[in-house]
Amino acid sequence: MSNIPTELKYSQTHEWIEIAHDGTGIVGITDHAQELLGDIVFVETPEVGSEVSREEPCAVVESVKAASDIYAILTGEIIESNEDLADAPETINNNPYVDGWIYKIKIADESELDELMDADAYQAFIEETEE
Amino acid sequence: MPYIPHTDNDVKEMLARIGANSISDLFDEIPAALKQTQLNNVPTRASELEVNQHMFDCAAQDGTPLCFAGGGAYEHHIPAAVWEIATRGEFYSAYTPYQAEASQGTLQLIYEYQTMLTSLTGLDVSNASLYDGASGLAEAILMAIRANRKSKSKRILVPKTVNPVYRKTAHTIVKNQKISLETLEYDVTQGYIDPASLPADPGDFAALVIPQPNFFGSLEDVDALTDWAHSHNALVIAVVNPMSLALLKAPGKWGSNGADIACGEGQPFGIPLASGGPYFGFMCCKQQHARQLPGRIVGRTVDLDGNPGFTLTLQAREQHIRRSKATSNICTNQGLMVTAATIYLSIMGFEGLKQTAIESHQNTKYLKEKLQQVNGIDTIFQRPFFHETVIKLSKPVEQVIKEMAEANIVAGVSLTKEFPELGEALLVCATETKTPQDIDYFIEQLTACLNG
Repeated sequence: MSNIPTELKYSQTHEWIEIAHDGTGIVGITDHAQELLGDIVFVETPEVGSEVSREEPCAVVESVKAASDIYAILTGEIIESNEDLADAPETINNNPYVDGWIYKIKIADESELDELMDADAYQAFIEETEE
Repeated sequence: MPYIPHTDNDVKEMLARIGANSISDLFDEIPAALKQTQLNNVPTRASELEVNQHMFDCAAQDGTPLCFAGGGAYEHHIPAAVWEIATRGEFYSAYTPYQAEASQGTLQLIYEYQTMLTSLTGLDVSNASLYDGASGLAEAILMAIRANRKSKSKRILVPKTVNPVYRKTAHTIVKNQKISLETLEYDVTQGYIDPASLPADPGDFAALVIPQPNFFGSLEDVDALTDWAHSHNALVIAVVNPMSLALLKAPGKWGSNGADIACGEGQPFGIPLASGGPYFGFMCCKQQHARQLPGRIVGRTVDLDGNPGFTLTLQAREQHIRRSKATSNICTNQGLMVTAATIYLSIMGFEGLKQTAIESHQNTKYLKEKLQQVNGIDTIFQRPFFHETVIKLSKPVEQVIKEMAEANIVAGVSLTKEFPELGEALLVCATETKTPQDIDYFIEQLTACLNG
């Protein structure tokens, strides 16, 4: 059973976003996603300053099983990337929702948030796709 | 004796089973207009004996001239053991096999090849080969653009002293990817890139290519060029003759921080001169760029019982996993050539390699000294050189090459098309395979040709 914190929003491609006090977003992949990927060995984080569009690939997570694109959860500008993942990519396996964050984003269009799922909807989505 | 595995009956039975009338029915999807029904210029059939005779006749046309041409491929002595071992059944394949880890011997050989190449280039990681030196440079350019995250540009600076064939090949491969290769002019009096001539404000560019030795055989001021590129946040791609690395500074030691990528043509290591190949390209890089390196990489590891073994590693860069986002469509490429090169290097050892490089340099030095005394020849560049040099002739180069061929000598590589600014210029090379008598004979014939 995956851990799905209630205070976060989720995408169908298994990214989560937390909205900080200043309105910017912190993004990572879900516990469910890291379980599917297995041991993560490398993360290519997005370039700070780059503009990303919702649902377009912006990062890569490589595990012993596969290399997977991480899609931008919202449209906006990357304001920070988690440099610690270069030396410790397994942080995503150990702590996907806190230390394992991948990038911070300045959100261009807050209405896009409405299209994301809350924890219950994401839970239902996982159960549905697993059937 | 035919080697066709299916009899007419076999074919009939198979077609009946799948409900097709003929083999050509299976290709119905291809519009008739696109099908080449006849190969007009290919003879219908020939026996093995006839093919053998034909091939021997073709080979005899080449003859065994005395070769003073270089320009990217070089005549070196190949110990007999190299191809005797390389063509053993255990090694005789162009590829890493499927289920690569089942072929530990092949993987060990590639691992040892990578170890030798990293030690020669002074860099951390090597791949398992590329097609040849020219396409290797193109791959290095694509890699530099991916790897340089400080540069937003797709500009690559390529000195005119890089082999013109490499420049053309790189252009062909990268031109449709919005990458611009900008030519850096060279000092025509000295045949190298004068670091003092480099622009103070070159703008944003992703990488500088540095040839060593350059196409003229001359040595570039690699330390100054490397530091200049790094000071502008650009990467450095070294294009090197691997034989020269037995004597010259390893690319990983150039300037304050070393070249980032080194590539080149591996032919000097045990591969005979042939009409353009098969040769092989090599590529090495710093550890930090390993995930952008194209091609296969073999690593050393331990199995469940703790026994040492070899395995393909960092495969997420490759096309069978990353598909269209792979670093390249490059795989093993020239596995057999790499096998020969690895055997060559292990037989020669570092001392043997150094000896070969020294003798090649000394022979070219002797050749140049002798050429300087010939009426009608100018040795135009006085920079330090490895085993090639440029001479300017008092007679049209093409005519000299033709006349020398009549004396069974390949006189060199004409520079008139690619470097018209140098006049009637000829690139000559004397490797360790040339005896003093060979060189004296060359001088004698050339003198006669120019003064006749």
